[in-house]
Amino acid sequence: MNERIKEKLEILSDAAKYDVSCASSGSKRKNTKDGMGNSTGMGICHTYTQDGRCVSLLKILLTNHCIFDCAYCVSRKSNDVKRAAFTVKEVVDLTMNFYQRNYIEGLFLSSGIFKNPDYTMERLVRIAKELRTIHKFNGYIHLKTIPGASEELMQEAGLYADRLSVNIEMPSELSLKKVAPEKDFKSVLEPMGYLKEKIAENKEERKKSRKAPLFSPGGQSTQLVIGASPEKDLEILTLADDLYKQKSLKRVYYSGYIPISDDNRLPVIHQPPLIRENRLYQADWLMRFYGFDLKDIVDDKHPDLDLTLDPKAAFALRNPAIFPIDINKADYEMILKVPGIGVKSAKKIISARKFGALREGHLRKLGLVWKRAKYFITCADPDFKYLGWKPEVIRQQISSSILTKAANSNQLSLFA
Amino acid sequence: MQEITLTYDGTYEGLLSTIFESYRLKINVARIIPIADYQDSLFGEPIHVSTNREWADRVKKGIRKKGGNAAVRLLYRCFLSEQKDIELLILHFVQMAMKSQKDVTKNYRDEKILELHKINKKIGREVHRMHAFVRFQKTKDDIFTALIEPDFNVLPLIGDHFEKRYPAMQWLIYDTRRHYGIFYNQQKIDFITFVEKDHQKLKQLSKEILAADEPDYQVLWKSYFESVNIPERNNKKLHLQHVPKRYWKYLSEK
Repeated sequence: MNERIKEKLEILSDAAKYDVSCASSGSKRKNTKDGMGNSTGMGICHTYTQDGRCVSLLKILLTNHCIFDCAYCVSRKSNDVKRAAFTVKEVVDLTMNFYQRNYIEGLFLSSGIFKNPDYTMERLVRIAKELRTIHKFNGYIHLKTIPGASEELMQEAGLYADRLSVNIEMPSELSLKKVAPEKDFKSVLEPMGYLKEKIAENKEERKKSRKAPLFSPGGQSTQLVIGASPEKDLEILTLADDLYKQKSLKRVYYSGYIPISDDNRLPVIHQPPLIRENRLYQADWLMRFYGFDLKDIVDDKHPDLDLTLDPKAAFALRNPAIFPIDINKADYEMILKVPGIGVKSAKKIISARKFGALREGHLRKLGLVWKRAKYFITCADPDFKYLGWKPEVIRQQISSSILTKAANSNQLSLFA
Repeated sequence: MQEITLTYDGTYEGLLSTIFESYRLKINVARIIPIADYQDSLFGEPIHVSTNREWADRVKKGIRKKGGNAAVRLLYRCFLSEQKDIELLILHFVQMAMKSQKDVTKNYRDEKILELHKINKKIGREVHRMHAFVRFQKTKDDIFTALIEPDFNVLPLIGDHFEKRYPAMQWLIYDTRRHYGIFYNQQKIDFITFVEKDHQKLKQLSKEILAADEPDYQVLWKSYFESVNIPERNNKKLHLQHVPKRYWKYLSEK
């Protein structure tokens, strides 16, 4: 076997792993009779790393040579690491062979910037093009948009990719300038704006004709690094909310800063802020799937998410007037607001109550988180009441159970 | 009224025929058991019901009329769970559906119907796991072969996914516990089974039958799997929750 390929794969996957986007979902691409692969809209995680993250795509850099010197990045120019570069053929061969064996859903290709943005982007696009046209590959392709690349190249990338992404990394312009001297918000937001228009145009064309070629059908995404700069959750979530609303992003990923760098432009931390990262994802979900507004989750009075309480419970306890909610009468939208009730259990409740009033005995079996939900609802049992709707008592009860759980799994230090 | 045990041949059509027979004879059913699993009991002779395609179709039609394809699918998938006394849960559903004016499929207030949905959820999870965990190995004669040992009998549910994905390949997925597989020849899927003496061999694929470059790709995949780990985030519990140990033996990265 070619040992050099193995070494390249190790270097260039190690360098790519800090990009947390793993999704292989959200894109529909049909296969052809003589082709290889498809995307059904539902992602598949083919395996999970030791740290419990999903492995769905072959996630690699084309090269980790880079002319930029961004402090948060392992591949920055000034970092002393082994460098390598794949050839186009090597990436195509790995993708096809991994895919045939059902190891992966597709390719996630990013790159350090060598020579200049166009030169780099041109090579990423060429790989995607070869996979699609020569090898009839219809699996998932996620390409990085290199900031500063020409519109022509971005346009071409969209024709072959299922998803495009450009990472903002630092949640404010000031922080970005500090750690990435060559970058600014404009260089990231401009390509996003361009792609947003193109994706929207393509959707219209596809409505008119199913035969119109796809353009990045899985939309675009970005990543924000958490805990490497002083921004509060309010700023981070405001930025995310803007990106969803104004740039129509499909996903914003939050990546707890991992101290990979001894660069003195970044703070020294001992543990990645995993709990905070988790709370941000919960908040993000509430905005996208649960009908919550940004201001329901964070505001000037509460600029940071409560680490000891999930954001839905925090909302409920700040708004006691809305609760308790009558499970047998409330609308679907209100039932979704109850801590411990997710989309699936809310729908089950709506279906089940058509057959008769629901009591505690029914609810306990429906798959909701009873020990959380019980404080915020009423049901058909007379005198049904837990802790008498006293927010401060409920808060104590819930957060102490979260802390106990964290202590049992040795994660308490993460709250520091 | 006396309760009677019914036996059938273990197939889904057989079970539906048995349900039909229970209506025809107007009997109270104690249990429905595959004949192969039946052991002599003190409680009188069971009645064996032979599979009758026409009866089975009539029951299926009745289920569809009451609950649509969702109900038909639910019951078939639950049957594949091979869970003890799944037959009685399916019978219960049919009885509820026939009695009721409403579609009972989503009657989550009914404990047994809720139980069927829970089983269906487990089946769904297992199907999804097989979509994820099947690992093909390329053989010398270009057949991409995977061995699996799923918790439930989900092989009949996964062929479609792989056919759409790999229409231009020849592939075989073989269940080593239930001793049968699905083979796709670039045209259609066939159920196959190896002769008895080959069963043991099929616990693992022998190196001699693999294509020359197959071991290389397994090494590359394993090394990829190891280098994408982030040690600072280690979380063994989460890892095991997603990839339970019982699946490891056929995962080339483990």
